[in-house]
Amino acid sequence: MAIHTEQSAGAKIKDKQGGSWLYTDVVKDHFFNPRNILKHGEEETYSADGMGRVGSPACGDEMVLWLKIDKDEERITECKWQTFGCGSAIASTSMLSVMVSENGGMKIADALKIKPQDIMERLGGLPNRKIHCSVLGDKALHAAVNSWFRSVGYHDRIQVSGKKVIDAALNITDHDIEEAVLEGAMTLEDVQKKLKVGVASPEAIPEIEGLIRFYSDKYYGESAI
Amino acid sequence: MFPQKPEEKKMIYLDHAATTYMDPAVKDAMDPYFSDLFANSSGLYAIGRQAREAIDDARRTVADLLGTQVDTIIFTGGGTESDNMAVFGVALHKKIEQLKQTSAEVKGHIITTKVEHHAVLHPCEELEKQGFDVTYLKPNQEGYVSAAQVKDALREDTLLVSIMYANNEIGTVMPIAEIGREILKWRKEHAGKYPYFHTDACQASGALSLDVEKLHVDLMTINGSKMYGPKGVGMLYKRRGINLKPLIIGGGQEMKMRSGTENVPGIVGFAKALELAQSGREAENIRLRDMRAYFWEQLKAHIPKIRLNGPPLSDETVRLPNNLNISILDIEGEALLLYLDEYGIICSTGSACTSESLDPSHVLLACGLPYEYAHGSLRFTLGKRNTKKDIDYVMNYLPAIVARLREISPVNLSYNPDENKHAQYLQR
Repeated sequence: MAIHTEQSAGAKIKDKQGGSWLYTDVVKDHFFNPRNILKHGEEETYSADGMGRVGSPACGDEMVLWLKIDKDEERITECKWQTFGCGSAIASTSMLSVMVSENGGMKIADALKIKPQDIMERLGGLPNRKIHCSVLGDKALHAAVNSWFRSVGYHDRIQVSGKKVIDAALNITDHDIEEAVLEGAMTLEDVQKKLKVGVASPEAIPEIEGLIRFYSDKYYGESAI
Repeated sequence: MFPQKPEEKKMIYLDHAATTYMDPAVKDAMDPYFSDLFANSSGLYAIGRQAREAIDDARRTVADLLGTQVDTIIFTGGGTESDNMAVFGVALHKKIEQLKQTSAEVKGHIITTKVEHHAVLHPCEELEKQGFDVTYLKPNQEGYVSAAQVKDALREDTLLVSIMYANNEIGTVMPIAEIGREILKWRKEHAGKYPYFHTDACQASGALSLDVEKLHVDLMTINGSKMYGPKGVGMLYKRRGINLKPLIIGGGQEMKMRSGTENVPGIVGFAKALELAQSGREAENIRLRDMRAYFWEQLKAHIPKIRLNGPPLSDETVRLPNNLNISILDIEGEALLLYLDEYGIICSTGSACTSESLDPSHVLLACGLPYEYAHGSLRFTLGKRNTKKDIDYVMNYLPAIVARLREISPVNLSYNPDENKHAQYLQR
């Protein structure tokens, strides 16, 4: 069952066509031995500097992430988490928690630059349709850093992922298009099936196509396009 | 931590509604037709005639089991094909009839349910794009659609009613005979030949009666792979006089309804499997029901915050004997399924993460189950090889895995044990 494990750098990290459900040994290791879990009952006593909660059980994914941060060095010293999520969510958040806290911890500025693709690379890839499940840990990290910025008064540094309305007729934002791409829509037609975006506002189509290219590149790599 | 793995990994297969292993007796029956009696059944030489005879015998066996004539049994490439053939076939025939009348516009009405298999739902959605009108009946919270609901939905232009015999996810048995009688009555009162009545009986073939006269169905789908038979072979029962446009045309096999060189070993295996499933079903139903009752008692005793999905287990007329569908609160089904797999326990989930669409089970949602319950659902479907020992094996690991996943979950849903009570049926 070992797949993807002996890949050289630059090899494809997931199979676009395959729709495979197979997980790499690294994914399995993190799935069966998740790192940095915050135990139940410790939420109150764990003096976190930042905390982020995203998703909801109704969406099938909920993630909570706690950070301890060295203020002077702006470095993450500890990263703990809990999840209601599938195997991919568990493995990728476990890996994310390792990435930001290993080797003495990551600088805040660097941690914010981590892309889902970076986590995927460390995991040796995820089945394509599971990439969607791995993004939540990343969003929880951003939320936790923002909560720290707020608590130490760095209000100007809070990164609000601004929504931009793309299709005014239907009030569809760039976030909606990001979600659609994460759910596997790769063409304008796919996205329209999900969102009906641009149907009533054809003038928005060039921008929609641009966003589809941007997000499919972000999450699936350039080979996807 | 997760429980210690057993020294010798077992395989406890509890996903019989997905597919079954093949009965060795079925394999024996099929064996001669692969390399020895391999001929095309249209060949006039001896081995061709032997192949033809094997198909004829299989058709006779199946027709007898369904209480009908041989010329109503059409062998196909599986359950999905049979469902497609029924839905598209009826609509297409009507469409061609309408197109012959120059002024006519294409229209017609179909009734189905929100809990059908996608092999029926997707063809219906496709027909909507082509101008047909489809009513999707909403089930009650146990997945049950009543004959009265069907009756109320019937229209002058209704061509087809397609309602599954038993649901694949929660095991709900639909009142097929009752619905059939309502449709007969309607046709009589309106002196018309429509609507036809189709049922997908794939999940029912091992457990329930398939007597087409008592069920009053015009079209019925069965496949081999859910009743210890071969995969890739199924059948569509088509009552005499029912107009259906074939989807696969060519050499005119299967009474011109399904072209292509016959899958002789598959057809032989299908008939054998159906024969075995139907002959032993009553004793097996009792055995499976007992085992399931034991399983559910164990689950309730050892796992807090769980809920039974679907009809009550005690009423044998409304639920398949082998189906147990539960929601385990505060954890996600796909993760649980993967852990169970590590211990050799195989089952399925209605969680979004296992579906192509990334939506949770359409059946559980149609029954009004909240999303967070659907995401934490597990389906166990028992079968021939299972014994109580298997249930004990599962119970050695499942409660500990659930406890571990709850430890890493930030969710703590409110739980009302009264939700386990079953609402009365809407109309019965």
